[in-house]
Amino acid sequence: MASLWRYLLAGLGLAALLAGILAVVYLTAPRSSRTAGPDVSRTKATDNGLFVASFAPERGVVRLGELESWLLTLKTKAGAPVEGAAIAISGGMPQHNHGLPTSPQATDYLGDGRYRIEGLKFTMSGWWQLHFAISATAGSDTVLFNVVL
Amino acid sequence: MKRLSCVLALMVAVILAGCGKPDFSDAEKQTIASLALSRLPPLKPDTTNRFADVPAAAALGSTLFFDLGMSRDGTVSCSTCHKIDRQFQDDLPQAVGVGHTNRRTMPLAGVARDPWFFWDGRRDSLWAQALTPLENPLEQAGNRAAYAHYIKARFGERYERIFGPLPDLSGMPLNASPLGTDAEKVAWNAMSGAQRDAINGVYANIGKAIAAFERSIEPAPTRFDRFALDLVTGAEPKGDAVFSKDEVLGLKLFIGKANCVTCHNGPRFTDNGFHNTGVPPVAGLPPDRGRIDAVRQVEADPFNCFGAYRDGDVSACGELRFVVKSAPELIRAYKTPSLRGAATRPPYMHAGQFSSLDEVVAHYAKAAPSVEGMSEVHPLELSDRERGALVAFLKTLSE
Repeated sequence: MASLWRYLLAGLGLAALLAGILAVVYLTAPRSSRTAGPDVSRTKATDNGLFVASFAPERGVVRLGELESWLLTLKTKAGAPVEGAAIAISGGMPQHNHGLPTSPQATDYLGDGRYRIEGLKFTMSGWWQLHFAISATAGSDTVLFNVVL
Repeated sequence: MKRLSCVLALMVAVILAGCGKPDFSDAEKQTIASLALSRLPPLKPDTTNRFADVPAAAALGSTLFFDLGMSRDGTVSCSTCHKIDRQFQDDLPQAVGVGHTNRRTMPLAGVARDPWFFWDGRRDSLWAQALTPLENPLEQAGNRAAYAHYIKARFGERYERIFGPLPDLSGMPLNASPLGTDAEKVAWNAMSGAQRDAINGVYANIGKAIAAFERSIEPAPTRFDRFALDLVTGAEPKGDAVFSKDEVLGLKLFIGKANCVTCHNGPRFTDNGFHNTGVPPVAGLPPDRGRIDAVRQVEADPFNCFGAYRDGDVSACGELRFVVKSAPELIRAYKTPSLRGAATRPPYMHAGQFSSLDEVVAHYAKAAPSVEGMSEVHPLELSDRERGALVAFLKTLSE
């Protein structure tokens, strides 16, 4: 009798231990498929590797619902500034089925490969995409920046 | 593996939901804080209207706002539809001025903070907006020459103290406007460029005075704001700042699963944008395509930010400069209205399509496709209790 109880207890204990281990594993496991968002790096090579592009808010901070200026900096792979580039901007929110609420434009060249992009407005938090089509003497290329707010 | 973690997460959620006190994650608390009226920034100056913060201009604007004389037949003022004791709206599905319009009157709390005006954003400043109903044959149905004569006769001294000398109106037609009747258009076209400019200048100043008055109309704190303030500061909510279980659930849904906060964001519960949400047209009204047709109108408006009647410099014109001119999502897109005070001002939507918040919530849950263009709304599973909770939460924005 006693040995049967002992086996039962041991079994229960083992089951509890297993459940505990499983719970710890599941609760602490990195949920890569769920938390991995889009690549939000602010500097990246353009799609065909022609340029290295950086994209950052001119004032350093992003404010929802305000017209803002951002800077797009274009360098060659060797690090030389790209001058005289024609830049077309499009984008939107891939999860909301809509484009940008404004039509941002490259309005000024500030030297050293830096272009002022005016008229950006992020009206809601979430995942935004900004797509740049760049045309310069070295050729044409595109780059996509993800902005998650 | 994913399912098991979901089950575990659900169990934790159930256990947490069982507790008496409202539990919000840090992310939820941040979102709730971002909606509180205390986060509303001070009203920015309007450099396109140098009289925007001149008290005498606001006083004259207030007089004009309530003056029935500011209409063709002396029966309609701004306040006919923007009723002061009704959140500056009229409770009607479509506004009725001299005639029956095709749009719902918008309330005015916080209107000076809008970048675009009307449901479709066909004007780009509050003062340019104020001019539009004055000449709309279905609203105040007047004409700008008549308004200039009226101002001179009735408010000449007050006007001149604010805006400087009125132009010499002798020899100018009593009724003339580029937007009026055929006779008024003929009279307008017969005027010299200088005469037209003089009339337009007085007309623009009428709008600037009314806008100066309207800048004082701001939203008031509600139960939600008291609740949010206590939540964020960690104070124990007292009195009406205590939310019922349904109100808490409604708030959680609003900022979570129901995705309302995607567009109804910030302290005014609006992103100031235009969206197609599949709201059906009203039978019998003229075709209405929303934002897509408004862009041309604001670009053609001589009182827009690029026009000759703007004060200050062109740097204030960013919204117009960077406006989206054509995109499929502008079709049947309408402005996101503020939800403050919404519960006590049915009917809803741009032509009063829905008579209750229950109908509004049902519409968004169903997410019917748009008759034209693409609705941005996705269908949503909501239980009866959840629908009721959303409405209960919305009511806290009116109390």
